Amino acid sequence: MKIVVCIKQVPDTTDVKINPETNTLIREGVASIINPFDMYAIEEAVRLKERFTGEVVALTMGPPQAESSLREALSLGVDSAIHLCDRAFAGSDTWATSLILAKALEKIKDYDLVICGKQASDGDTAQVGPGIATHLDLPQATYVRRIDTVHLDTTPKIMVVERLLEEGYELLEVKLPALITVVKEINEPRLPSLRGKMSARKAEIIAWGLNDINIEEKMIGLNGSPTQVVKIFTPPSKEGGKIFEGEPQEVVTKLVEEIKDIL
Amino acid sequence: MNGIKVISEKCVGCGLCLKVCPAAAIKLVDKKAVIDLDKCILCGACVDSCKFQAIELNRQTIVNDDLSSYKGVWVFAEQRQGIIASVVFELLAKAKQLAADLNTYVGAVLLGQNIDPAAKELIQRGADKVYLIDSACLNNYTAENYTKAITGLVGKYKPEIILAGATTTGRSLVSRIAVSLYCGLTADCTGLDIDKDKKILIQTRPAFGGNIMAQIISPDFRPQMATVRHKVMPESEIDSSHKGEIIKEAFDEAGFDGRIKFLDFVKETIATVNLSEADIIVSGGRGLGEAKNFKLVEELATALSAAVGSSRACVDSGWIPYSHQVGQTGRTVCPKIYIACGISGQIQHLVGMQSSKTIIAINKDPEAPIFKVANYGVVGDLFKVIPLLIKALQEKRHST
Ligand SMILES: Cc1cc2nc3c(=O)[nH]c(=O)nc-3n(C[C@H](O)[C@H](O)[C@H](O)COP(=O)(O)OP(=O)(O)OC[C@H]3O[C@@H](n4cnc5c(N)ncnc54)[C@H](O)[C@@H]3O)c2cc1C
Ligand SMILES: Nc1ncnc2c1ncn2[C@@H]1O[C@H](COP(=O)(O)O)[C@@H](O)[C@H]1O
Repeated sequence: MKIVVCIKQVPDTTDVKINPETNTLIREGVASIINPFDMYAIEEAVRLKERFTGEVVALTMGPPQAESSLREALSLGVDSAIHLCDRAFAGSDTWATSLILAKALEKIKDYDLVICGKQASDGDTAQVGPGIATHLDLPQATYVRRIDTVHLDTTPKIMVVERLLEEGYELLEVKLPALITVVKEINEPRLPSLRGKMSARKAEIIAWGLNDINIEEKMIGLNGSPTQVVKIFTPPSKEGGKIFEGEPQEVVTKLVEEIKDIL
Repeated sequence: MNGIKVISEKCVGCGLCLKVCPAAAIKLVDKKAVIDLDKCILCGACVDSCKFQAIELNRQTIVNDDLSSYKGVWVFAEQRQGIIASVVFELLAKAKQLAADLNTYVGAVLLGQNIDPAAKELIQRGADKVYLIDSACLNNYTAENYTKAITGLVGKYKPEIILAGATTTGRSLVSRIAVSLYCGLTADCTGLDIDKDKKILIQTRPAFGGNIMAQIISPDFRPQMATVRHKVMPESEIDSSHKGEIIKEAFDEAGFDGRIKFLDFVKETIATVNLSEADIIVSGGRGLGEAKNFKLVEELATALSAAVGSSRACVDSGWIPYSHQVGQTGRTVCPKIYIACGISGQIQHLVGMQSSKTIIAINKDPEAPIFKVANYGVVGDLFKVIPLLIKALQEKRHST
């Protein structure tokens, strides 16, 4: 099985702090991590490879520092890594980002499965996975919480997956090649092995820019992005909450008095 | 050239742009702003902040069509077995308001099999036109076939706005539609308004887990598409006198995409109320101590007809299924009331619930971060507080 995992480097939200003076995000010194959902995508890809043999390619689009995410992916069992890095890519919205990733996948070719995280923790859009699938005309199964069975000896190859919904899950039969996005419940990611870390440090990372993928500059970056951010602001903070302390019975009576009108 | 630049002759080095940059990409070098292009996310916040017009953001977009030929505000009427998702009624209320500002009509798109009664319900809830495609191919949702059906309708009727609920189905489906049609999509909006001069949709959504809000537009592409977070906007009322038209269209069954085959749907929640639909959620955290104590949270939930949520710590300990987890790696919820019991309020939990209208926290540690976002905080032992609270609520119910 040839599997491509799309990973995104994001700021570690545990570190996100708000500057009380300006009410803006402090990003200086904030550590970067692999988007938490993408860790499950990597793990699932590596597990499939271990079960059925094959190879796993990690793909990321991002600034130069995103290379460290690819090294981490390599230390977790990914076989090769591709870094899409070009100033022309900057400012891409989800439409343009998914086009760039799709063009890279066209160049990688012959994959059976593309795995993305459910959503990225910085943008929370959950659009890039389906976007890639649409650009490549692949079928998609989003919010996958389990891969039940995989048949690689049929034509086409087939997989049965569980797709998480608001009130349960649905079972879907998916013809490969396909794209899935995964939720946390799908697995428990492993920690990198020492050997993995050593070899990841030395591994070669393939870098592709605009000229390596078949794409017109006008389709990507700010120009190719249908959406524009017009304003960024901090949400109005909750007006000072009321805190009740003391004898439980008293506290409960006070609380019920306060909330009785909204219940 | 696509990009951003500082016009150094105009820059006075005041540093205002440094403060507004959410990416910390600007530095002052020799009293001039310098943008680190590897960090810059090209959001344009600095451009608006600069009093000297010293920062320029260039974009030359391709305009996709004659924009003025697009009319109407559409809502994707998500349904399962003929039952319309309640978020659709919230969308219809919003659509009505947007349509009034744009002087146009409200449309609803209804796909499925044997769903005529749902079409009438949509009209009572404010749809002026219902586009109905009844086909065995659409009986169960698949993104591929639903996309085909909707892009067909869009090509024929050209709506200027399409709204869908930010549900698992809505988010996956409209992502596919937006890419197929080459138009902009803003996910998980909490606010929608019309810019009355430019006649465009202004979409407001949280980013970075609700730490900042972003306003997004898509002025040069139609339709403008958004998914909307559940429970943020009020539902439209039922008005049985409202008249509407049902427009039936056919699905091209020869073009059916069978690459994803629906096999089965399995319902799975321990409480009767579903998290994303719930007006009230009672969540438990590690402060419950052990699995069996979740019963306490469930009892409080029952007393309030609420859904049961959880922090990740409890899910990881196997006290409750993952489908109840709230937070960054679980669900984002936005109920009217969120009650956190024995939850410390780590940022990964907060990002999933801090947009709730009223937050109540019960925790024995007065320093717990959850109190920072709580409208009402109770400092105390949950094993004492919750039983008393249940009793008080039951007494209140009996007295009214
Ligand atoms: C990448 C990543 C993603 C994550 N995603 C999520 C997520 O989606 N959702 C999530 O919830 N977490 C998530 N977490 C975990 C998060 O950081 C916290 O570890 C978790 O939320 C803590 O759960 P808790 O509040 O139940 O437990 P704790 O932090 O242990 O808090 C227990 C609280 O209970 C109180 N308490 C104890 N006994 C009592 C009593 N008798 N009465 C009253 N109060 C009592 C204590 O004072 C304490 O504040 C994530 C972490 C990471 C690293
Ligand atoms: N820049 C990127 N590079 C690689 N993969 C990405 C990128 N952005 C998003 N993805 C993938 O798309 C998923 C959803 O991201 P988003 O649509 O931004 O919420 C992520 O979990 C990744 O798997």
